[in-house]
Amino acid sequence: MLMTEKLNLLGWTCPRPLQNYPTIVMGHGAGGKMMSDLIEHLFAPAFDNEWLGQMGDSTVLEQAAASGQLLAFTTDSFVVSPLFFPGGNIGELAVYGTVNDLAMRGAKPLALSAGFILEEGLPMDVLGNAVTAMAAACRKAGVKVATGDTKVVQRGHGDGLYINTSGIGVIPEGLDIGPANARPGDAILVSGTMGDHGIAIMSVREGLTFQTEIRSDTAPLNGLVEAMISAGSVHCLRDATRGGLAAVLNELAGTSKAGIEFDEQKVPLRPEVNAACEMLGLDPLYVANEGKLVAIVAADRAEAILEAMHRHEYGRDAAIIGTVVSEHPGLVTAKTSIGGMRVVDLPAGELLPRIC
Amino acid sequence: MKYVEEYRDADLTRKLLEDLRRAATRSWTLMEVCGGQTHSIIKSGLDQMLPPEINLIHGPGCPVCVTPLELVDKAIALASRPDVIFTSYGDMLRVPGSDRDLFAVKAAGGDVRIVYSPLDALKIAKKNPDKTVVFFAIGFETTAPANAMAVVQAKTQGLKNFAVLVSHVTVPAAIIALMDSPDVSVDGFLAAGHVCTVMGYWEYEPLAEKYKIPIVVTGFEPVDILHGILDCVRELEAGRFGVGNAYARSVSRDGNKPAQAVIRKVFEMTDRGWRGIGVIPMSGYRLREEFAAYDAEKRFPEIQTIRTHESPLCISGLVLQGRKKPLECPAFGKECTPQTPLGATMVSSEGACAAYYRYGRYERKNNAPEQTVSTENQ
Repeated sequence: MLMTEKLNLLGWTCPRPLQNYPTIVMGHGAGGKMMSDLIEHLFAPAFDNEWLGQMGDSTVLEQAAASGQLLAFTTDSFVVSPLFFPGGNIGELAVYGTVNDLAMRGAKPLALSAGFILEEGLPMDVLGNAVTAMAAACRKAGVKVATGDTKVVQRGHGDGLYINTSGIGVIPEGLDIGPANARPGDAILVSGTMGDHGIAIMSVREGLTFQTEIRSDTAPLNGLVEAMISAGSVHCLRDATRGGLAAVLNELAGTSKAGIEFDEQKVPLRPEVNAACEMLGLDPLYVANEGKLVAIVAADRAEAILEAMHRHEYGRDAAIIGTVVSEHPGLVTAKTSIGGMRVVDLPAGELLPRIC
Repeated sequence: MKYVEEYRDADLTRKLLEDLRRAATRSWTLMEVCGGQTHSIIKSGLDQMLPPEINLIHGPGCPVCVTPLELVDKAIALASRPDVIFTSYGDMLRVPGSDRDLFAVKAAGGDVRIVYSPLDALKIAKKNPDKTVVFFAIGFETTAPANAMAVVQAKTQGLKNFAVLVSHVTVPAAIIALMDSPDVSVDGFLAAGHVCTVMGYWEYEPLAEKYKIPIVVTGFEPVDILHGILDCVRELEAGRFGVGNAYARSVSRDGNKPAQAVIRKVFEMTDRGWRGIGVIPMSGYRLREEFAAYDAEKRFPEIQTIRTHESPLCISGLVLQGRKKPLECPAFGKECTPQTPLGATMVSSEGACAAYYRYGRYERKNNAPEQTVSTENQ
């Protein structure tokens, strides 16, 4: 989805109400005609499904969970800046981020809600592009936006566009994937290269250019997770977003009260991301990802699960990186490139590039 | 990746460790000057792999750590002014001043911006003519050429709204102070590779001569550091002293002459306070008189009268001189952590305390059950 693609206002049912407003104004959030025009001519056609079509204060999902199944429920807010970046945009993140949170408990995503906070002055075509991208992401992930909300805040009180999505998913009977399930002896896998998203954002935000464009890895992981579950016993899943691989491993070690040991050399890294991290003095283990997961699986199924991942579009670079151990519960350690050992702690706060 | 991965090679490391084991017949205490070297050693686990005869102590080569408390408080005062845009390298934002840090000023509405280069600060000044842009010019000789260049460019371009808050420190004077101190006992030095890339190593020759010690210019990757240690130990075992270069791919005896020229053009030597250590004569740079217009301390004279208050628990000074290891500090890991630092050595990406905490060389006694990370040599 390119930022430069102009919105095709003429292709809409009744273009005039929106054409008069090249930017969002306070009236679009006031609950009156302007807001209903915005919904009718921008949000509804993009998301287009019978649930949203109910247009009620709540949407009734006819499907209840069958007995034995469990519902998963999650929420996430998206405040990324810039709104569009190499390899992704806020619309895709808003869908994939929530879909992935559901998938990390083994849930098939069922429905999303979408709340929009628009800043007065946001160009209409930027909003249109973000929503179009969101709709495409829904189709790719196989999920529908069933209900939504729109608010407008005064200029200066928002960063252009904020989106919140909540999601409901259904967990197949008997499946129990959760952060407390890691057991000593389990294998630890990652689904691909680490650090791509964080460096992509940083390069745009800070105006750093590298000879190779570094692209975000934004992607829906529910399909990959299904393939993995079919191949064997998956105990834990986490998507490695803010805080990176290091944060996820520490959280899993803490919640499962087990130790983790991995090999730094086995963590897949794109050479250009590695180089960017070197230059900035960042540790790729702490850099954010989007479409990447960490899995803890039964050791005897690790190879089979890895093979299933390699066959999938979003698992081509998957690798086994370490083991869960009974020693040092809650602590994560890594074998370094020279054969030494280091502890991989939780990141302290914001990543700050070093001086010299 | 070229010139990096080769110097992190496990086989080469093993071989160098073997050579070191054969070379050392007695205990030797070496100081690595640069904080970047400290971090590389701890992060790679090299400290746990060295033969027991080698005792590495960590030196004051972390510019963030040694920036005097008064300068940090002055920076905070400037950043709090509504007519100032305060620009700095990222690391300085978390350094604790007398009562808060630059991050807190930013959260309270101060315009504090992280830049990767002082030339970025110049760009900000050009874009914001109604504000004064102050750049926190800290660092060793490594960052001095770029900082000098920013001042030169500001003058050439006639920029009236740009100033630098200078706190540069230089290595040779620190070595003299350490060697003259009765509390510090060092057999040899690993000199800072990046400082020497700029300055060359000719300045260390009279020091090696005076104190009869080996000083080896050393790089930052584990293999580089092992080379430096090995060269140093071989000199010591043979009873020789002098300056050696184990970072020849980056460092020459004369150094980078154009860089040194721009430093000389803009800066002159001055006495400088080193946080936790004290004032070391002729150990830093200040702006020459003709560039006074760019000196933030002259432009904002009210910051001269700042009172400072250092945490009584913090022993950074002793750590920076190599007299204590971070683990010997009673506040380490308790009152003092990277989230709640008492001193700069726990904050800086090159601080020794931060290295020990982050890479786990300690016994954790917090929420998680007690566990010890093994420190046995492998």
